[in-house]
Amino acid sequence: MGRIKRKYEAGAATAYVSRKRALKKLQLSLADFRRLCILKGIYPHEPKHRKKVEKGSTAIKTYYFRKDIQFLLHEPIINKFRNFKVYTRKLKKAIDKGEDGQAKRLRQNKPKYKLDHIVKERYPSFVDAVRDLDDCLCLVFLFATLPRQQSAKFQTIQKCRRLSVEFLHYLIAAKALRKVFVSIKGIYYQAEIMGQTVTWVVPHARGFQKPTDVDFKVMSIFIEFYLSMLGFINYRLYSSLNISYPPQLELPADKHNSLRDMSAEERIEEMLAAMTQSLVPGLKSIDQAEVDEFPATGDEESGISEEIRKEQQSRSRLLKLFCNTKFFLGRETPRESLTFILRNFGAKVSWDPSVSAGATYLESDETITHQIVDRNQPPAKKYMNRYYVQPQWVYDCVNARNLLDVKDYLVGVVLPPHLSPFIEEGEDDYVPPERVQLLNRAEDEGKFNAACSSGFNV
Amino acid sequence: MATLAISKKRQREGTEHSSESRSSKEEDTLFSSSALADSDYDSTDSESSQFSGLSEDDSEEESETYSDTEHTPEEFQNQPSDIKINEYEYDSSDEEATISLVCMVVGYKEYCGKHSNALPQTGDELDHLIEQSENPDYWRTVKDPQTGQNIVLSREDCAVIQRIKSGKYADKDVNAFNIDWPSSFESEVEIHPLSNRPEDKRSFIPSKWERLKVGKMVHSMKMGWMKTPSQRKKELEEKNDEDDHYYDLWSNEDENDRSRLKMHIPAPKITLPGHAESYNPPPEYLFSKEERSKWQETDKEDRRQDFVPHKYSSMRAIPAFKNFMNERFARCLDLYLCPRQQKMRMNVNPEDLIPKLPQPKDLQPFLQLRLSHDSMTVECSVVYTGHKDLVRKISLDPLGQWMVSGSDDKTVKFWELHTGRCMKTLVLDDKVKSVAWCPNANISLVAVAVGNHVILVNPGLGDKLIVTKTDELLAESSPPEQEKGLVTTWSEYTSDSQEFTESNLRLKVTHSKSVSQISWHAKGDYFAATLSGAGNQSVIIHQLSKRRSQCPFSKPKGLVQCTLFHPNKPFLFVATQRYIRVYNLLKQELSRKLQANCKWISSMAIHPGGDNVITGSYDCRLHWFDMDLSTKPYQTLKHQKKAIRSVDIHKKYPLFASTSDDGSVVVCHGMVYNDLMQNPLIVPVKVLRGHVTTNGLNAIDCVFHPNQPWLLTSGADSTIRLFS
Repeated sequence: MGRIKRKYEAGAATAYVSRKRALKKLQLSLADFRRLCILKGIYPHEPKHRKKVEKGSTAIKTYYFRKDIQFLLHEPIINKFRNFKVYTRKLKKAIDKGEDGQAKRLRQNKPKYKLDHIVKERYPSFVDAVRDLDDCLCLVFLFATLPRQQSAKFQTIQKCRRLSVEFLHYLIAAKALRKVFVSIKGIYYQAEIMGQTVTWVVPHARGFQKPTDVDFKVMSIFIEFYLSMLGFINYRLYSSLNISYPPQLELPADKHNSLRDMSAEERIEEMLAAMTQSLVPGLKSIDQAEVDEFPATGDEESGISEEIRKEQQSRSRLLKLFCNTKFFLGRETPRESLTFILRNFGAKVSWDPSVSAGATYLESDETITHQIVDRNQPPAKKYMNRYYVQPQWVYDCVNARNLLDVKDYLVGVVLPPHLSPFIEEGEDDYVPPERVQLLNRAEDEGKFNAACSSGFNV
Repeated sequence: MATLAISKKRQREGTEHSSESRSSKEEDTLFSSSALADSDYDSTDSESSQFSGLSEDDSEEESETYSDTEHTPEEFQNQPSDIKINEYEYDSSDEEATISLVCMVVGYKEYCGKHSNALPQTGDELDHLIEQSENPDYWRTVKDPQTGQNIVLSREDCAVIQRIKSGKYADKDVNAFNIDWPSSFESEVEIHPLSNRPEDKRSFIPSKWERLKVGKMVHSMKMGWMKTPSQRKKELEEKNDEDDHYYDLWSNEDENDRSRLKMHIPAPKITLPGHAESYNPPPEYLFSKEERSKWQETDKEDRRQDFVPHKYSSMRAIPAFKNFMNERFARCLDLYLCPRQQKMRMNVNPEDLIPKLPQPKDLQPFLQLRLSHDSMTVECSVVYTGHKDLVRKISLDPLGQWMVSGSDDKTVKFWELHTGRCMKTLVLDDKVKSVAWCPNANISLVAVAVGNHVILVNPGLGDKLIVTKTDELLAESSPPEQEKGLVTTWSEYTSDSQEFTESNLRLKVTHSKSVSQISWHAKGDYFAATLSGAGNQSVIIHQLSKRRSQCPFSKPKGLVQCTLFHPNKPFLFVATQRYIRVYNLLKQELSRKLQANCKWISSMAIHPGGDNVITGSYDCRLHWFDMDLSTKPYQTLKHQKKAIRSVDIHKKYPLFASTSDDGSVVVCHGMVYNDLMQNPLIVPVKVLRGHVTTNGLNAIDCVFHPNQPWLLTSGADSTIRLFS
């Protein structure tokens, strides 16, 4: 006779654990458990058959996979949490007793933990990490804009700034940016990294109002993990491009007053943040990989390869978009965003040296082709050989993958609508007339290009 | 005068006094410095200039220290103090007054307590208040308890009080450290020690506790617990470096590591913004007033978009988005708090769901229709006119050469199909409900339902041999013994009667109720008549050869609409309002009950294979039953808008048709495959319109030609049409 089968001894009932049971099993407080879940990327699961899992009770609970919890049980970081608990207790005691020396000694030996192994565990391959970069970038870029306040530690904010600037430098070096969009929330960027599409949003650089209903503790735990993740990703990305990490610049002779009374490290940081200079390459040299052309075979394949070819063409056009242009940014324009975008597509950028460090040439430079102005009138002293355009022109050009007519974007002109590049309208969807116009124009140009290329072939 | 000057000089010498003077200067700035003060300053300056060897600045400071707005220079020169002036005026001893004043101010109440009670209070609180606001010197006006007079303290007095308060000598000239004390013992040399106690032992041996402490330190140094400041600094730097130490984490990517991620459900990515979120959206994306108020009224969770589109003239004008931080925070919460579940969503292209239509070429032969000149209506090949009222029923002879039609004008007409010529007309007593040509090609017989009778007619068309043979057959068949309780009576038209010769009527079966429908068995010996409203006698099966009738049902089965014989098996199909019952006639039992999902079946037709039945219903539906699959309809077609009157299936080709009151005749391709695994293919092919609607009725009956893809329809406009 086999064993008697009882209810709730196998299957869904045993595969899930409620949060309370998980806490008991892990011997952690709720706060520590949450921290652990955030760091390890453990989230509740919705059971397929709730009734089976609930074992007859009707209380609404959150359920975790039992295996996840068992996996957490062996996490070395839990011990660090416990050490930290002991540390806070000791420190409090020392402070309350007035033992300053003891408190100082304790502070020096404050337990710390590293997240390297967790990053590796959550993202076994590099592509996994890049795929999950969206949220990381959004948060890091947000924290990089925070002022020095109680909301987050200053070291964290500084590190966010550093890592985000490093990441932008990689994108510039790899020319990986694809789409940009200025929304009322912030500026969206979309880049293609290792074949993965990564999208993030950066808030507009305006004054910061600390919101009341946001728990910065939770966000700082996230940021803690994201920072170590982004650091490793940056390292890997830099090495893939053969750039030394941490990034290095060839500092020009000190001609700007703003940098004179800074230390060398601060100066490098400032110049990096300016993003006007290219990074120093590393020692190794990597050959550029190029795909050979294969003659088309069959009907269907030729159609696909034709599409690929078209895409490649438009991409190469995008990468050379601002190649022969020289920009000068007005002080009222969003400098960081514009510099990043323009440098991505090969332009030279500068601004008034009094605005910020990193200006490479002056307004009086005669070779400047475009000056970006976000005012109702162009500056009093106008140069004849340059266009005075509004910043939207840059964003629209990138999305159109083509240099648009400057006429619609001149200073003082009512701007055409700025459309989202992320929308791909289906057959039945509404398409704004401006977009229809744009698509038609692109099609015409494609045809023209094709005609040109075929003409050359003949 | 002289004392004042000296005091000034001394003040300059002592550096420690400068702070005091500065503080008093600060106090002075509280006063309104008026022209008087300036004059004050001038006079004092001139006086002090003879002593001052210092810079102008210092002297200025000094002079300000002593400037007083309330005192004229003359008064000032009468210093050392105002108190003295008061003294003379109010007859009191100077010593006592001064002490008591100072003490009172400082607060030594016990010293002068005995005097203070003696004086009555002058003026009430209100006076004090007014005085406080009006008198700028109120703060330094005190009341002399001995005299009862108000005294305004001078600057010097204030300075003295301050010094006493801060625990210094009242006289600022006193220097407590430079006093030449007479040395009393220096002259004598002591030869004996003060104490003759011998020294302790502990002053000769090293301390044990110190040794223990030092030992501890040495041990902790050896163990590396205690560090020198330089070591500590180095360590801290290393620690900081370690925090920022990044390396190639994915240098050896191991695919085995992903085993744990098997159950991982990646969080969905954030939705990308649309045109509405742009800072400069197209105007059609902006909210109208109603949309805006609606957006504001709806709950936060229910809103389709979490922002109000807004147009800004330039990028400079974009403000910070208020909820940016909240959105990121909500995302963080979603990432670690929100339960995840993988849901199978059918990601199907809707076009794939539509079954692939066969090429029209594959569906042929269907009706090769010619379109009329205006290309809108279909031209029919032949129109049969002659009836005076709506044509209820038509039927074709088994070879497809002749057609019989029964009409409400009480006539039955025989037509030649190809030419449309009316060959014969039979005038009967009542409206003709149904006509049916015997399906056996060797018998030339037509059953006509008129009133309560079914009349069998030998039309005498076609092959003469068959006509005569049929007559012989009818004559051969013996008349049945008349029994009581029979449901029907058979009567024969005598061969010399007018009906026999002219109208070719042969037999007459009389029923208890009116006959609504007749259907023949495939062999042509049996035919079933459906009576309307006859209860259990609704269906009566007649046998021609034995001239016998039987009533198969003992119980009423509902309102029987029509009956049909299976083409090659002994089955009888009886359609009531909602069900089709299939009876096995040999076993005499119900073999199947088909459920049509409709309210009122109007007509029924059977596929020549016998496994598929179609029914038309008054609620516009046409059901196709595949009896191998289920008792429910395999497919329901709703191509017509009004009640379906009749349906028919072609005997040879995969075609079926239905007529409806909305004037359309829908022809469908209905292919039944021999392969049991393949379900029938049903595709609507043509819509025919030809009849004119009269009295709300249009096409009434439809019949396919037995071996051509032709369709005949009869209509309420008293015509019959042939579509070929």
